[in-house]
Amino acid sequence: MTGRRASLMVTCLGDLFFPHVGIAIVRVLRKLGVTVDVPADQTCCGLPLFNSGYHAEAAAVARRTAALFRDSEHVVVPSGSCAWMVKHEYPGLLAGAGLAREAEDLAARTHEFSQFLVRVLGVTEFSSTVPGRVTYHDSCHLLRGLHESESPRTLLGKLRGAELVPLGGADECCGFGGSFAVRLPEVSAQILAKKVANVEATGAACLVACDAGCLMQMGGGLTRRRSKVRAVHLAELLGAER
Amino acid sequence: MSSGDLATPFRQRAGGAMQDAFLQEALTIATTKFIGLRREAFAGFPEGEALRDQARAIKEATLQQLDRHLETLIANVERLGGRVHYAATPAEARAIIVDLARASGARMAVKSKSMATEEIHLNEALEAAGITPVETDLGEYIIQLAHERPSHIIAPAIHKTKGQVAELFTRELKRPAEPDPEALTRIARAELREKFLQADIGITGANFAVADTGTIVLVTNEGNGRMVTSLPRVHVAVMGVEKVVPSMSDLMVFLAILAKSATGQKLSVYTSLVQGPRRGGELEGPEEFHLVLLDGGRIAQIDGPLREALSCLRCGACLNVCPVYRQIGGHAYGYTYPGPIGILLTAMMEGTEAVRDLAHASSLCGACAEACPVRIDIPRMLIELRREVDDRKIAPWPERVVFGLLARLLQRPRLYRLAARAGRLLQRPFVAGGRIRSVPLVFGEWTRTRDLPAVAARTFQERWAADPELRG
Repeated sequence: MTGRRASLMVTCLGDLFFPHVGIAIVRVLRKLGVTVDVPADQTCCGLPLFNSGYHAEAAAVARRTAALFRDSEHVVVPSGSCAWMVKHEYPGLLAGAGLAREAEDLAARTHEFSQFLVRVLGVTEFSSTVPGRVTYHDSCHLLRGLHESESPRTLLGKLRGAELVPLGGADECCGFGGSFAVRLPEVSAQILAKKVANVEATGAACLVACDAGCLMQMGGGLTRRRSKVRAVHLAELLGAER
Repeated sequence: MSSGDLATPFRQRAGGAMQDAFLQEALTIATTKFIGLRREAFAGFPEGEALRDQARAIKEATLQQLDRHLETLIANVERLGGRVHYAATPAEARAIIVDLARASGARMAVKSKSMATEEIHLNEALEAAGITPVETDLGEYIIQLAHERPSHIIAPAIHKTKGQVAELFTRELKRPAEPDPEALTRIARAELREKFLQADIGITGANFAVADTGTIVLVTNEGNGRMVTSLPRVHVAVMGVEKVVPSMSDLMVFLAILAKSATGQKLSVYTSLVQGPRRGGELEGPEEFHLVLLDGGRIAQIDGPLREALSCLRCGACLNVCPVYRQIGGHAYGYTYPGPIGILLTAMMEGTEAVRDLAHASSLCGACAEACPVRIDIPRMLIELRREVDDRKIAPWPERVVFGLLARLLQRPRLYRLAARAGRLLQRPFVAGGRIRSVPLVFGEWTRTRDLPAVAARTFQERWAADPELRG
């Protein structure tokens, strides 16, 4: 395991709103013997621009973000949606600038956090202790974009003290959808209300997801309802050692 | 849908639908049932995945030579004694069908369920010409009585509860009806039996048309399709040009996945194959058979950005799984075709301007693409539509300003860091316990129903720069 190097793409939401997730990822990876670096001057992968149709602008952002990670052995991303953006959309976006090959290369080196642990490092067991029930929400881009439903569940299922309980409608959208959440806030909120009801029905203490967007939406819905359930990123639990 | 409804902004139409308790109850029950049935149908059908790929490949190959397949279809329909009409626009299609009805002296037309006839607003045209259209599919019959339009591609009255249907029957048919589906069906059947015998003309859509054999294929569950195509003297079928499939063996691929995707049935109860008018020695069937081929914006998309949407089978699976459709139902979309695929079809038929707001009626969750039997990448095309809206500068100007600023910010890390600091300062009056419960401007759209996380006291990158322990 030693000798691996990984660069953290912290993402805009991770940087601004969830710095503790980035910190947890750094600590988890370092503990596994991975040398972690964080290229300076990161902003965003460009997904918000891309999804709203501003593709020239998204391409410009993609180009500078890709340049930051040119020399990275692996790029680790806390959110499935941002990882999907780099892996699936960068090659097309950067083809116009003659950078298709570089983008393909970056795509192959880029991994969502849980996939990096399980599928690249081959690690599934952590010594952290998480007492109580946890449940897992499948983020849309991680599930249907990167076809990943197993890795986070494998990791959660092996956590000491934790009981992973299934979430009804786990594969259904939480209603975030980027700018969708403020363009159609009533629709977004009603989708969220159904998700929150499903979450509360599990009796879990923690709702785990691997995407900052979903965590912002579901976490915001849970605290607004003064729910006892906490929305957390997978890395927070894996790094929760006492 | 009346133009008055479209004058209301989409967001308000959606909001209104979410206030309708009956609609909410009906939608939740029906879409949840459809999702489960579809899942079960494919779970017990391991060859389904390969057939989906095959179906898509057939559609793609057919589109590449659509002219040739349509010529073969026309030749075979005519060989069997039918007549083929071509309509470039919905108006032309209406005129052709009204003329045919007039020429046959028709006073009543019975119809089986057809989205193509909804698309061309045929019923209004028939009524204006003094011909009474009678919908014979139960769902269509219900919404015709209620003077509404379908709110789902395969379940037109999905927005109604059985209680509402019983009230409607009691009021419109002047006979007491109980909210029991079987009893309601018996009432509709008795009413419709008469109409089948009186009608002079039967009008249907077509799920497929087989070029090689000149066969029109109708996939139905109630048997009304057979009555409509065999009892009246004249049968007119209307279909989009993309519905042609080359051969019977191709048809079998689609039949194997269509009903499973739509209702979770292995096959629908009736699969009617209609070949031209009655021939010498045959005991039943119409004296005249007409096929109306409708372009309506389709042909332009063979080489257009919406090409993939021409593979759509109209199964409705993408509606059932769509988190937006499941909250707002079909009418709020405002056009004939609702749901994720409906946004693409509306753009195809009405132009990009029509979907300026609808293109954003998706969280891009991808459930539609996953459910689609022919794997149409609907989210990808919604993004393309958004791009066209932006490129043509028909997006609202405040949005263009915001995204222009965002694009600049994300390309300049110094500006990005400055914005983080500014956000931290500006949020101060609104933060409590690391969360924001209420805040003005566009973020207020968020905080009305959800807490917003506060910009962290130190961003990750600020901590990384300042904290040697973290850097290791």
